[in-house]
Parts: sequence; structure tokens; C-alpha cells
Amino acid sequence: MSTENPVRIAELSCGVEYSGIQKEIESAVKQVNAVMVYPEVDIADIEAIEEEFGLKVASPDLKLMMARAKSIVTGRVHVDAVFVATCFRCAEAAIVRSEIRRYIHEKAGIPVISYSFTERTTAGTLLTRMEALTTTARRKSLLAREKQSGLTAGIDSGSTTTKAVVMKDNKIIGKGWVPTIKVIESAEEAYTNALKEAGVARSEIQALGTTGYGRFLIGEHFKADLVQEEITVNSKGAVYLADKQKGTATVLDIGGMDNKAISVIDGIPGMFTMGGICAGASGRFLEMTAKRLGVSITELGALAVKGKASNVKMNSYCIVFGIQSLVNSLAAGSAPEDVAAAACHSVAEQLFEQQLQEIDVKEPVIMCGGTALIEGLPKAMEELLKVKVIVPENAQYIGAVGAALLVSGFISK
Amino acid sequence: MKVFIYPTNSLILSDLVERFGHEPLAVMQEVGKKVRTQSLDSPPMNITPEDPKLGLKYAAVEVPSGVRGRMSLFDPLISNAEAAIIVRDPVVSFGCMGCARTNELVNFLIRAKKIPLLELDYPATEDEAKEFVYKISQFLKNLTAEGKK
Repeated sequence: MSTENPVRIAELSCGVEYSGIQKEIESAVKQVNAVMVYPEVDIADIEAIEEEFGLKVASPDLKLMMARAKSIVTGRVHVDAVFVATCFRCAEAAIVRSEIRRYIHEKAGIPVISYSFTERTTAGTLLTRMEALTTTARRKSLLAREKQSGLTAGIDSGSTTTKAVVMKDNKIIGKGWVPTIKVIESAEEAYTNALKEAGVARSEIQALGTTGYGRFLIGEHFKADLVQEEITVNSKGAVYLADKQKGTATVLDIGGMDNKAISVIDGIPGMFTMGGICAGASGRFLEMTAKRLGVSITELGALAVKGKASNVKMNSYCIVFGIQSLVNSLAAGSAPEDVAAAACHSVAEQLFEQQLQEIDVKEPVIMCGGTALIEGLPKAMEELLKVKVIVPENAQYIGAVGAALLVSGFISK
Repeated sequence: MKVFIYPTNSLILSDLVERFGHEPLAVMQEVGKKVRTQSLDSPPMNITPEDPKLGLKYAAVEVPSGVRGRMSLFDPLISNAEAAIIVRDPVVSFGCMGCARTNELVNFLIRAKKIPLLELDYPATEDEAKEFVYKISQFLKNLTAEGKK
């Protein structure tokens, strides 16, 4: 049982109680030792808010959301973080959600996450997001760490691959990267490889951090000092690897199962989204594309760079329809390099359309994770964003590096 | 008669309907039924993820879950309505209906039922308020007279 004070998260929402998911939100919040707070407002506040906020809306619950946001910004209620949630597919709510997120982040400087839900949203889906929100609010001093010290290790148990690094005095001295088959066995293999390359024994490691989907399981197995979700860890890993620790940055990580888009200030996440509904925008789609084109995933990027995405029509949200477009275009005689480029463009476009509207994209844009090494993908993202996208060295180890860096703060304890 | 009211949580409308001997169909009754069931599975209103699926009776799956969940709650009110009073553009304190899209759909369905219907604007002045109450009372009295026939 945690002895820390619970983090106070304000819930600004429309439709959650009618979608039957309030219980799921409460459950996720409880698991991260936080409490939901519903800022009190007067009827007069609700009646005046459209004029004050400058946004006229038809739904009273959205007016209530705006009035509650104002209550936070003016300091009438004290909260550590804010969760803004509205129904998936509601256009009016999407506009309000986005403006409230920006308003609170700019005026109150507290972490905000926005989320669009359906009745299928579960506590499990929300857990990583809530964990990141509370970590950002609770552990600012830990997240402020910019240098790794001592001899530490990080393991990132991802949905597709498991990565491990060993770091010593702010340098990576060992790496391991294996496909995730059985979570613990794959972590053991990646960690062993990293230790072997570093030339150190497991017993010499002063502190170990775990992250990724399998973080809890491997954290328990390795008796990790830090078990942390991938939003905060990846933010830290990305700005460290790109050497952009100060100021603003945007971190993009297209994962095997979901994508993260994180707006970072001084290495700490401010706004972030985590997508995971449509597989057509995932690393898995690129993996399937490579397989269908008869190349390895490591060759797909180079092939895509040679092709022209506009020669092939491919922009499906769904992985099945995406592959169907791919098969059809090949059957129609499209060149494999054009198809590879179109697949990269399709994934980048969906990240752009679905997630980058939920955060403020500020330069530098850092692309990380294994998919960043598929050269066609950062190139497609650059074309869409019209900014230079940085892919740092060791981009695939972002999570493991972030974990090894953050956990070095635990050595002296 | 069973009289649907909009806003469906308006205590003033509910009270007026009752005073003239009719049964108000208000959302409070439906929420009450949900929270007084044996177990409270999904606070605060005990609406579970199954409810938005029941709302598919009125709106397709691409309609937001919040709309469909609300529609499942309003379903008995719409189905049982024998007459209706709809107040246009009420202030929040008169009765607050959270979602504009749901409100449009609910009002449309009531109009489509072709039952005795009184639609009037929320009053802005004291004189309009007196006229407002008068029109509602006349409507409810006429319902009583029709009922007796």
C-alpha cells in the first residue's frame, strides 16, 4: 500500500456516466493511487462560461466542462492533473475537449490528458494513461533527471519486441533486442545479451527499471527498482537520445500495438495521447506489409524511400482493409517500392490525423521506437508535418534507455 | 394521462403536470429505478456498458455512446408518452439536458409520435412567465377533458 498522498485528478467529461464507464475510470485511478475530483461550479458560472471562454456550444454538459476548467485555472479548486474525456465521434465535444486541454495546459501548467471513449473503454485501457498522468504530477524531481549515473539497466517489454540496455556513467555499454514471444523468457534473453555485450554480471547492476506492456510481470521477475509506463519513460529516453532535454519537443513512437504522441517540456510530458483502436496505424501493419512484399522489416524502410507514395492509394484505418489495398495495388501492377512508400505514408497519415490533433506539435519532433528505423516512416511524417523529424541513434532502445536513466535516481536510496 | 416533459428533469414541469392530475414522465423516475436495484454495479446512475447497446433501438452504432446511453434511459419515457410538453431553450436551472444531440433526437421522436403536444419558448420576462404557466395549465386541463370523453 502506497504511503504517498493520492494525486488529485480533475475529471472534466461529457457522457461517461451515460456510457457506463465511470466505474472503469474510477478503477484505473484507484490503481495508481489517485482520486478523481469534480470541480464545483455555480449555475452562474455555467451560464457565463460561453462568453468568458469564447466558445458557444449547444450541449450544457460541455458548458459544465468549460466552467470546471475555469475553476481549475482560477485556483478555486486545487488539482495535480486533469483528465478530459468526451464521447468518441462527437464533433462538438471534440472541439471543446481540445480547447479545454490547451486552455488548462497553458494557463495552469498542469499535466492534461484528453481521451475519447466508447462504451467498450475499460480500466485496463485507461491504466497506462492514468499512470503517466500521476507520474508526471507526482515524480517531477525524478523526471527532471538528465544524466544516467552508476551502472544501471532498463528493459522495455514491448508488444512486438523486447529491448534491454545496460548503461554506465551516462553511456550505453550493452544492448539486447529480441522478438517478444514469451514475456519473461524474451526479457531474460534481451537482458542477458545486453549484459554480455557490456561485459558485466547481473549482480553488478545497481538498479533496474522496466517499462512496456510486460513491465509489471518482468518487474516482479527481476525485482526491478522502478516499474514505469512507457509515456514518461519514452519521453525521457527520446530527449536523452536526441540530446534535446531542455525546452519543448514532440515525441512520436509508433509501436507494434499502439502509438504514442507526447508533447514534452524539459523532458516531462505535458500533453499526450495513446492510440490503439485502429491497427492500420500500427507497426504491425508495416510488419505485415514487409512480409507481403517479401522483404524483411529492416529492408522495408530503404525500399519505401525509393518509392512514391502518391502512386498507390492506401489510407485505411483497418489493418485488414489496408492489406487488401496493398494486395490490390500489387495485383494492378504497382511497384513494390511505391507500395512500401504508400504503407509508410498511410501509417504516418493516420498518426497525423488521429493523434497529432490532440497535442501541440512543437519542434524538435523526435521519432523513436523500432518503427523509426523504417526510413520511409520518418520521411512520410516529415512530408505531412512539414518539419524535420529527428531519429536519434539507438531510437529502438528509447524505453530501455529511459528506464535505465530514470532508475539511476534510485541508486543512492 | 402520461405526460412527457422536456427538459425531462424539470421539477417545475413535473410538479405542474402532477397538480393537474396527470402523471409526469420524468427522467428522475428512471434514474431512481436504476439506483434502487439490488446492487450498485456502475455508479453514479448504475448505467452499465450494456445500456448504450440498448440505445441502438434509436441510434446507430456510429452515434456516440453517451447519446445511446441517454436514449436507453429515455426509452420508457418516449414509449409511454400519451401527451408532451416541450420547453424550447430553457435556462440551466429550469432543467438541464446535458447533450444537445440527444435532445434533438428525443424532441424529434416525441413530435413524430403525433400525440397531443405543447411546444413553447422558455419565458424571458415576468409577463411571459405568467403566459407560460397559463398555456401549460390550459393544455393540461384540455387533456383532462379529452381523457373524460
